[in-house]
Amino acid sequence: MAVLTKNAVSGMSKEARARQRRHEIKQWWRAAPYLGPSLILFAIFVFIPLIRTVVLSTYSTTPIGEMTKFVGTKWFERLISSPVYLNSLKVTLKFVLYTVPGVIVLSLLLATLANLRLRGISFYRIAFAITLAVSGATAALIFMFLYHPVIGTFNYLMELVGVGRVPWLTDARFALMSVAIPRIWLQTGFATVVLLAGMQGISEELYEAAKIDGAGFWHSWRHITLPLVTPSLFFLLVVVSLNAFQTFTEVNVLTAGGPVDSTQVVVHEIYRSFYFNGQYGYASAQALILFVIILALTIIQFGVIEKRVHYA
Amino acid sequence: MTKNRFWGIVGKVGLYLLLTIAAVIILFPLYTGFVTSLLTAQNLDTYPPKLVPLDFQWQNYAEALRMAPLPRFVFNSFVQSGSVMISQLVLASLAAFAFAFLQFRGKQFIFIVFLSTMMIPWEATIIPNYLFIQKIGWDDTYLGLMAPFMATAFGTFLIRQFFMSLPKDLYDAAIIDGCSNIRYLVTIAAPLARPALGTLAVYSFLQTYNQYLWPLLITNSTNMRTVQIGIRMLQEFEREAWNVVLAGVMMIMIPTLVLFIFANRQLIRGLTAGALKG
Repeated sequence: MAVLTKNAVSGMSKEARARQRRHEIKQWWRAAPYLGPSLILFAIFVFIPLIRTVVLSTYSTTPIGEMTKFVGTKWFERLISSPVYLNSLKVTLKFVLYTVPGVIVLSLLLATLANLRLRGISFYRIAFAITLAVSGATAALIFMFLYHPVIGTFNYLMELVGVGRVPWLTDARFALMSVAIPRIWLQTGFATVVLLAGMQGISEELYEAAKIDGAGFWHSWRHITLPLVTPSLFFLLVVVSLNAFQTFTEVNVLTAGGPVDSTQVVVHEIYRSFYFNGQYGYASAQALILFVIILALTIIQFGVIEKRVHYA
Repeated sequence: MTKNRFWGIVGKVGLYLLLTIAAVIILFPLYTGFVTSLLTAQNLDTYPPKLVPLDFQWQNYAEALRMAPLPRFVFNSFVQSGSVMISQLVLASLAAFAFAFLQFRGKQFIFIVFLSTMMIPWEATIIPNYLFIQKIGWDDTYLGLMAPFMATAFGTFLIRQFFMSLPKDLYDAAIIDGCSNIRYLVTIAAPLARPALGTLAVYSFLQTYNQYLWPLLITNSTNMRTVQIGIRMLQEFEREAWNVVLAGVMMIMIPTLVLFIFANRQLIRGLTAGALKG
């Protein structure tokens, strides 16, 4: 019986398999023109470069990036003992700690306000989201003016409240914070939009039920709004940190890493290593370490998205 | 009753006050930038700084245009962003069509390949990409500016999601009627997916227009600079003439502000859906 079945199956499957194979190949040819262009571009600009970054990180290079000698883990060893690199990691972590809580708290506040049912609220929603249209470079330039030691508006306001002039960009104690402020400003617009979308997804019935039970605004915010936007909050936490880890523009425009490397974030250090110092291998090793950090964050983020099922 | 109404009105006024304070804080940098861009040189240097529009020195805008080839920068950015946008729309629609409608072996695997490109940060590939673009002689060209961004996994997912919400019967019926796949995509699926395509268009245009690091690496000549890099050049030329610099800044923000005002719905949809790649 078993033998018979097996024979029948293999006997049938020989022809069937060949037919299936032809069918599969036909299907493949049908899908190829649709997927091919994207796949080829991904290969050229994502996958092959990623492999090349790994290879480069184990090589010495000429100042124009040609690989000369295999050096193994030399660059990584140098990195973990390099005060400059360790400083850039520290600065980046500090930058993340400066921006993320600020963005989260401010956007939670703004989204709560923007979620109110009031006449003219759409004007405020637009105002809160306007930084979506502002680029990092233009934001940095506007703030560069605001930080101006003599004619800048911020120092005027600081004197007005009795603090006195602040050397925003020229003092190592303040520079990183000064670079973080335009970033907070930019990201708050985005974060408010995400949180507001989350809040508007909350069913009205929940609030009505709470109202019938005598809950005031604060109570329903605390027990309905906040718990139900936690997925959005968590998503933002990861995305805003991810963006903070990848900061480059504001630093490049406002301080170029100075004074005394107090704003030298990781990406700016990578940029300096390969673009100015021609150390491609060393820069690639730095990029790989950043990749690992970001990958860890991204995996967490995808886990969250999976749960939220929120693509469109 | 009247007491309640009284407090209701007070509360409402309070809320509007809060909303207005928040809006003023958010708009403050843009407002100050705009007011300053219209100041005369004398009023720029006086203390305290001017917070109300004092002058309407529109010549600053002409001066900014004279000092740096801003129209050329804007043109370069439009070429880059426009091409990236069109390419992403076409390639993402094609790939999304295959994922949504075609059956083939290894679909799951290829889907994961697409997904994985979103997990690889730009910094991990930028050095080899920079070397590659230089090697093939595309540095300082439009092709070099746009090539790495022509395909998009995020856009593919966005459109695929939309395609999958279309009734499957529609596709089956069309195919039985002898409609080819590509014709179905072009004449039926893509027009129906207009909201998703609009979202991707606005999102990708804005992202590309605001790019900084890649154009900084890949362009060398003044003629090829994009706006974000070019505007810094203006600041380096003008140093202390902040009224002129800010006039330039205001001008280069016009396209994105217009896009934001007319298409903020699409943009917001794109950002809340994606935001995957910063």
